[in-house]
Amino acid sequence: MLIEVDGVSHVYPGGVEPVVRDVVVRLDEHRIGIVGANGSGKSTFARMLNGLVVPSAGTVTVDGLDTRGHGREVRKRVGFCFTNPDTQIVMPTVREDVAFGLRRRGLTKEEVAARVDEALARHGLGGLADHPAHLLSGGQKQLLALASILVTGPELLVMDEPTTLLDLRNTRRVADLVTELPQQVVLVTHDLDLVAGFDRVLVFDRARLVHDGPPDEAVAFYRELMA
Amino acid sequence: MSTSLGLYRPGTSPVHRTPAGVKLAVVVAAGIGSVFVRTPAVAGVLLAVVLVAYTVARTPPGLLWHSVRPLCWVLVPLMVFQVLTAGWARASVIVGVIVTLVLLANLVTLTTRTTELVDVVVRLAAPLRFLGVDPERVGLVLNLGIRGVPLVLELATEVREAQHARGQAASARAFAVPLIVGALRRSDEIGEALAARGFDD
Ligand SMILES: Nc1ncnc2c1ncn2[C@@H]1O[C@H](COP(=O)(O)OP(=O)(O)OP(=O)(O)O)[C@@H](O)[C@H]1O
Ligand SMILES: [Mg+2]
Repeated sequence: MLIEVDGVSHVYPGGVEPVVRDVVVRLDEHRIGIVGANGSGKSTFARMLNGLVVPSAGTVTVDGLDTRGHGREVRKRVGFCFTNPDTQIVMPTVREDVAFGLRRRGLTKEEVAARVDEALARHGLGGLADHPAHLLSGGQKQLLALASILVTGPELLVMDEPTTLLDLRNTRRVADLVTELPQQVVLVTHDLDLVAGFDRVLVFDRARLVHDGPPDEAVAFYRELMA
Repeated sequence: MSTSLGLYRPGTSPVHRTPAGVKLAVVVAAGIGSVFVRTPAVAGVLLAVVLVAYTVARTPPGLLWHSVRPLCWVLVPLMVFQVLTAGWARASVIVGVIVTLVLLANLVTLTTRTTELVDVVVRLAAPLRFLGVDPERVGLVLNLGIRGVPLVLELATEVREAQHARGQAASARAFAVPLIVGALRRSDEIGEALAARGFDD
C-alpha cells in the first residue's frame, strides 16, 4: 500500500512548536523502520498513518484515502499496535478481546468464533481463550494485542515500540512474528537490532525527518547523531 | 493479583450450560423470595440447595470459603447482635439467608462468561432503543468497566509501592493524585486503542 506524506507539520492543541515539521515522504516498502531520540516526533508521525492524529498542515494519504475525512476507512486498512499491552486490551477475557475487532462486520457468531479460535491458535494463545486477559504475562498480553489487531486483516500494521516493555525472549517472539507477517509493517523502535533486515529506515530528530535509507546506513547516521 | 470478584471458570456442568438469563432470574427471584424466609429450617434447606448446585458445578470447595470470607467482618458482628436482641432462630435465618444469596450470586459469576451476562443486560436494554440508547454500547461500556477494575487495582498497587519505596508515610493526597493522574492517562490510552480498533463511531 502506498503511504504519501506531503508537507506535513503538526502542532498539538495548546502547543507552540511543531512536533513534526515539513515532512515529505512516500512509503511503499514492505518493512519500514523509524528510529530517533525521545520526543523527536516518531509516535506522532506513526499516529498520522492511521488518522489517530490528523496533521495541522499538509496531507497524509493511505491507499489513496486522505486521513483527513476518511479516518475510519483508513483505520480499517491500518492496524496499530501500541507500546503498553495493558491499555490495548479492552475486554475482560482473551477470546472476547480478539472478537472485539470483528463486531459490526456482518459475521455470524459461528464465523466470529472460528476466526477467533484460528487467530488464538496461530499466536500460541489457544489454551488461554477463556483466561482473564489481565492475568496474562506482559509478553502474552502483547501477543494478544497483536492477535486482536491481525484478526481483522489489516493491510498495513503500524507498531509504536511494541517491544519496549518486553524481555528478550518476548522481544524475539514479536520480532519473529513481524518477520513472518504477510502485511506491510511500519515499526517505531529504540531497539536498532529490530530494523536490521528492513527495506528502509527513517531517522527523526527534533521534529524533522533527517535521514532516509537502508538500515545499516540509517543506523550509522543515527549513532553519529547521538554521539 | 487476586480480587474477590468471582472469575469465570470454564466447565460443562448443567449449571454452566443453564442460560445466563435463567441464572440471573434465579438470583433476582431468590433476592425477592429471601424476604419471606422465616424459619431456620427453610434457610437451611435453601443453603443446602445452593451447596448442591456448587457440587454439580464441580467448584473447588476453597472457592466457597474465598467468596464468604470477606463477609465475615460483617456477618460475625451481625450474628452476635441478632442473637443478643432477637434470639438464635432469627439470627441464623438472617445470616443464613445472606450467606446463601452471596454464594448463589458467586456461583452465577463462576459458571457464566461475562459476555453472556452482558448479553442478557443488552437484551434487557433493547426496549431503550426507542429512547435513542444503543444496547450494544451499553454492553461495551459494561465490558470496559469490568476490564477497568483490575487495571485500577494494579495502578493502586503501583502507586502504593512507589510511595513505600520512597519511604513516604501513607497520605491520602499523595495516594489520590498519582492514582487519578495515572487513571486518566490510562483512559486516554484506552480511548486511543479503541479508536485504532475501529470503535470511533
Ligand atoms: N497528546 C499530546 N499533546 C501535547 N503534546 C504532545 C502529545 N503527545 C506528544 N506530545 C509532545 O510532542 C513531542 C513529540 O512526541 P512523540 O511522542 O511524537 O515523540 P517520540 O519520538 O515518540 O518520543 P519517544 O521516543 O519518547 O516515544 C514531545 O515533545 C511530546 O511532549
Ligand atoms: Mg513515542
